[in-house]
Amino acid sequence: MSEIIKVGMADLKVVSSPDGLITMGLGSCVAVALRDPVTKIGGMVHVMLPDSTALRGVHNNPAKFADTGIAELIRQMEAMGARKTRLTAKLAGGATMFTVSSKSDWGMIGDRNVDACKKILKELRIPVIAESTRENYGRTVTFYPETGEYHVKAVGRALTII
Amino acid sequence: MGNVSLKKITDVYCDVLKEIGNIGAGNAMTALSQMLQCKVDMRVPKVCLLDFQDVGTLMGGEEQLMACVLFGVDGDVSGMMMFMIEKNSARHLISKIMGMEAAGDDFSEMEASALQEVGNIITGAYLNALASFTNLKIISSPPEMTIDMAGAILSVPAIEFGKLGDKLLLIQTQFYDEIEVNGYFVLIPDIDSYVKIIGSLGLPVDGLMEET
Repeated sequence: MSEIIKVGMADLKVVSSPDGLITMGLGSCVAVALRDPVTKIGGMVHVMLPDSTALRGVHNNPAKFADTGIAELIRQMEAMGARKTRLTAKLAGGATMFTVSSKSDWGMIGDRNVDACKKILKELRIPVIAESTRENYGRTVTFYPETGEYHVKAVGRALTII
Repeated sequence: MGNVSLKKITDVYCDVLKEIGNIGAGNAMTALSQMLQCKVDMRVPKVCLLDFQDVGTLMGGEEQLMACVLFGVDGDVSGMMMFMIEKNSARHLISKIMGMEAAGDDFSEMEASALQEVGNIITGAYLNALASFTNLKIISSPPEMTIDMAGAILSVPAIEFGKLGDKLLLIQTQFYDEIEVNGYFVLIPDIDSYVKIIGSLGLPVDGLMEET
């Protein structure tokens, strides 16, 4: 029996086929899904912020940031038997939920998260083969490492498979 | 200044923060019930210190459809204020205020604008009460409204807190009328503002720093 494992905010999980991964109510965060097509191991990280090196404060959760989150996800996938050179990526999220134009940069954070994820994946030579990002609406995404299908559901929109 | 510990804030001053939710929301409820001309009740406010993973559990799941009016808060206290209401409740609220049944599944421009205005008035009442109670200057930015999944909406304040630590602290008050309206006020000051609020009430703030 296959299971769909839930990935929360600032969380990461690794599964192998036939299990899947779901993250619900994705807003300005980005859900990065990686897959090794040979072993059919898949992982998902739900990152909130682009860069762990730019902030003060105490941060103990690598999954919170694009840079540390993607690195940790790859490490855990490799530990399960995936090969980094075979990985492909799909991205979802990074929406701008509110267009507040005050002094703070909330409005920009979704875009910055998407940009950061793409930059990091490019540096790691992991191709981004599909994405459903930016815009102004929340998403619920389900990832199936068996086929690599990434199901994106949003309020008032048809289900799309990328 | 060292880092303020959210855990210490909640441990020591949980009741104080609840009282702030109480005063703010109490005032807002009065405004709302005047507008609706019916009784609106509220529950005891909750002060929640959450892991980001658990943010979705706050209001009936990540996928719960909510209408949210968001305000930036500035002045002595900075952060965000959110007025969130379940989509069906929002529909009910609008039809009560506008005196007609809403048609269709989506909100018309006029309905959306009415809802935003309701949010504006009652959130203004919340913040005014908070400002006069604490003697702090609190300015809110013009409201913005969105209708989406609760998780997606709450990612916005969660990200702000994510910049400073691994938890989200908020003051949440649920309100309801006799049948159909179910919604929340969520006050999300940033960390430094919590210290200011507590300090403004004459309480000591020395013990709130993280031990190093």
